[in-house]
Amino acid sequence: MQATIPEAAPVTVQSAKNVDEHIIEIVSDSGEGAQTCGQLFADLCARNGNGIWTVEIIPAEIEPPKRSRAGASGNRIRIGSHAITNAGDCADIVVAFNEQVLYSRIDSGALRPGTIVYVDGSWLADSDERVVEQYRAAIADFRARGYQVIPLPIVEECLRYADDVRKGKNIWVLGLLCAIYDLEEARVQESIAKKFGKKGPDAVKKNAQLFTAGYQWALKHVEQRFHVAPIAGAGTRAQVVMNGNQAIALGIMSAGIEVCSMYPITPATSASHFLAAAFEQTGGIVHQAEDEIAAIGFAIGCSYAGKTAVTITSGPGLALKTEFIGYAVMAEVPLVIVVVQRGGPSTGLPTKVEQGDLLAALHASPGDAPKIVMAPATIEECFHFMITARKLAEEFRGPVMVLSDANLATGQQPFAKPEFDPNWLAAPLDMSPWEHETPPFAWDPETGLSRRPIPGQRGGEYVLTGLAHDEHSHVAYESSINQRAMKMRSRKLAVLQSALRPPVAHGGDEGDLLVVGWGSTLGTIEEAVDRLRTEGGKVSSVHLRFFSPMEPGLKAIFRRFRKVMTVEVNYSDDAGDPWITEDSRRYSPLAQMLRSHTLTDVDCWSRVPGSPIPPEMIVTELRKVLDGMGRGEDVCRG
Amino acid sequence: MQGLKKEWEIEPHEQHHEKADYAGAMPRWCPGCGDHSALNAVKRLCYEKQLPPERTVVVSGIGCSSRFPHYMKTYGFHGLHGRAFPVACGVKSRRPDLHVFMVTGDGDCCAIGAGHWIHALRYNMDITVILLDNNVYGLTKNQTSPTTRLGEHTNTHPRGAIIPPLSPLTVALGVANTSFVAQTVDWNPAHVFNCIEAAHAHRGTSFVRILQRCPHFSAHVFDAPVHDPSLLLMLEHENGVGLEPDKLKKLPNRMGHDPANLEEARAIAAREDVYPIGLLYRNEHAACYDDFTSHGLSMTQLEKQTAIRAAIDKFAI
Ligand SMILES: Cc1ncc(C[n+]2csc(CCOP(=O)(O)OP(=O)(O)O)c2C)c(N)n1
Ligand code: SF4
Ligand SMILES: [Mg+2]
Repeated sequence: MQATIPEAAPVTVQSAKNVDEHIIEIVSDSGEGAQTCGQLFADLCARNGNGIWTVEIIPAEIEPPKRSRAGASGNRIRIGSHAITNAGDCADIVVAFNEQVLYSRIDSGALRPGTIVYVDGSWLADSDERVVEQYRAAIADFRARGYQVIPLPIVEECLRYADDVRKGKNIWVLGLLCAIYDLEEARVQESIAKKFGKKGPDAVKKNAQLFTAGYQWALKHVEQRFHVAPIAGAGTRAQVVMNGNQAIALGIMSAGIEVCSMYPITPATSASHFLAAAFEQTGGIVHQAEDEIAAIGFAIGCSYAGKTAVTITSGPGLALKTEFIGYAVMAEVPLVIVVVQRGGPSTGLPTKVEQGDLLAALHASPGDAPKIVMAPATIEECFHFMITARKLAEEFRGPVMVLSDANLATGQQPFAKPEFDPNWLAAPLDMSPWEHETPPFAWDPETGLSRRPIPGQRGGEYVLTGLAHDEHSHVAYESSINQRAMKMRSRKLAVLQSALRPPVAHGGDEGDLLVVGWGSTLGTIEEAVDRLRTEGGKVSSVHLRFFSPMEPGLKAIFRRFRKVMTVEVNYSDDAGDPWITEDSRRYSPLAQMLRSHTLTDVDCWSRVPGSPIPPEMIVTELRKVLDGMGRGEDVCRG
Repeated sequence: MQGLKKEWEIEPHEQHHEKADYAGAMPRWCPGCGDHSALNAVKRLCYEKQLPPERTVVVSGIGCSSRFPHYMKTYGFHGLHGRAFPVACGVKSRRPDLHVFMVTGDGDCCAIGAGHWIHALRYNMDITVILLDNNVYGLTKNQTSPTTRLGEHTNTHPRGAIIPPLSPLTVALGVANTSFVAQTVDWNPAHVFNCIEAAHAHRGTSFVRILQRCPHFSAHVFDAPVHDPSLLLMLEHENGVGLEPDKLKKLPNRMGHDPANLEEARAIAAREDVYPIGLLYRNEHAACYDDFTSHGLSMTQLEKQTAIRAAIDKFAI
């Protein structure tokens, strides 16, 4: 075995090269721990004071065949000496546990000529000739594509410390990466002890050995090492690092919500996993219902009884919840509904990012059901929006939908540690007697707002109903009552809008092109805008957080640009495709909304790659648009 | 009170309630509709037990029977068709202080709500469930329900129902962790009351099926047991649901049945020659999901704040 693998010669290690930022990918067969390795590495970089953003690389199946092109599992980590807001473009370094999984990353456009590819060379010694042949062919192909291919003796090195290398390679690779990126060994050992402490001292010891082995091997054999300096001033502010689902879960607890009622669905479930454990300490429950309808019904029952609850789901679950969402609007029940979007329609792309539920969130309900819809754009906002959402739900007496997505859900990012404020918690239940003469829907004729009696409040007894009702909650089919009640429920949104600030454009206040985005694409779009502006492009962007009510002042902002377009991770027809005309073209969801809302000819560029759109791809598209405008094409006919 | 948080405090001066205090809107059910019987029994129970109206919640779905909460003057939740169970469980989840009743129909419970029905029985939260079974969809005007008997003519099956009905009793008794199953008939108000009283006293989900006459659409379906009381099989036991002696006399067909005996309960429920009435099954030791859902209710705001801060700190770098 040894004979066939070329011994890596010790190198004269150069001192680490300073780089402003780097993108690292670690990919393996599913079950080999590349994800854990990536998460630990990201966490270490964050602790080191770097900006980070991570993306999980998830195979479509639980147990894909080994060494298969579609089976890549792992993590992309972008680190920098400045805040990192998105997954970036092509990888600088990729570590692959076998050469086949790398192909799925190549197909996704994750590599470029010059990318350093570390690949386990042990396959050359495999007993199966076909594997050896595959390996040889792939390496030759990688070199032809211009990657710097460097084989690693991962398996043999790991066999010195572990019997089951499938469970050890990832920590050896972690050691390797930490040496390459000049991270302090002692600090890492601490993290390992923390991570594996639960599995006992043996596991800690074994993993510590594997880590050191990888670290030492790299010091001896790896030529190119890098130093990504921490962000200036890092360490002076308290920071936390987590993914979007953890942020939502912590936000739920910090908002004083005690019940999360759910039915498992990717990519929302991990928030409930975290909550189920954390609620043990903070005093709440995760109710795993028998389906999504029951999940929201339970949450509404709990809210009705005074404890505003949250239900969390993804697109297919949202589809099932719609009848109850209409009920919560009609009966004015405070409720928080989190939708962690994935690719649709139908079961779609369960683990992948898309923003396709915007219109469903707004409209999926029997009849016209005005409700609050908002979307965080960063992981930090995932946390804080939950606190806002509960308050709005109670203040405006109705459901609040919070749209996150798979990219936020699984991406990790450091942000300022939330300083917990006791005012975030819900007030204790008011059990004082209800003012006798006040009906349960004493709508303020101006604002539509009203206060609700809670069971336990003497004198407030009333019957909630989803039927048309008057202010006493008495079933009423009279046309004047229905018109008035609809007006009151809708008015609340106008009142909320008056409290929202108009968005501020990133870039400049006026120019040729304004890009409008929402959700997890914030960092990517702004990075693309920045790159174009350094080339002299007169392009800016605004990023929306509220969709119902819509953020104010959009029309005025749009008017200051020659053209407005959305960039979304959504489907839209491309102008110019066969059969696609001005008349037949289907726009992406946000563009549809903005067109009707502002009566502006808002264009769109959107894609559904099942992965975050890289900034450079947006730059290329916008550059084309700007070039076209130079020739006087395509201006806004607002 | 010391030790109890403000929101759970019991007021020292208890109020007395008259029967009329529990009466809500004027019932709009057809004259002779069996739903009236259940309403009277629940009102009487509230009065006799002096349940505070503000701590009583009646949850329902959609159907004639589900109009029930409007006719009570307690808190009420007239929800969606088929979805009363999850709502009732949610109401109870963080409010163990509330008396939760749930009223449903045979379509509401056994058709569109069947999934929730089964799981709610399993959760076994402390809720009193009343199934008003008229063997038909009343509100939507005479369609076949899962309990419509073979051959009965309805608007959806004008030539008669084609598949044998399900029995709510055998279904309920087949669900793991079911803890209370009883049956009664709307035309025996004393028995209806006794069943609902026992159901309310039981900790867990008590499921009471009431054979309910719908003079409008299924007038004749219970003619036989109405006219021939020997078709009612009265279940008797010291732990069961009894009847005052003078009323018992009118029920000639009686059998002893220990409600702890699940096997026998299932056998009785499966009988097609008679309508068993009384308590088929009760298990006071079945697990109650409320024990889980009330987790942390006794924590103080300060304890919570400390715990949440600690949870955030775990992510500090
Ligand atoms: C989602 C939905 N589907 C259908 C209906 C129409 N609907 C209302 S009540 C009902 C059946 C009621 O029958 P049952 O539950 O037996 O109650 P009953 O009227 O007989 O008391 C139906 C089908 C509805 N309200 N909602
Ligand atoms: S239609 Fe039948 S169930 Fe409905 S109110 Fe009339 S009698 Fe009662
Ligand atoms: Mg019915």
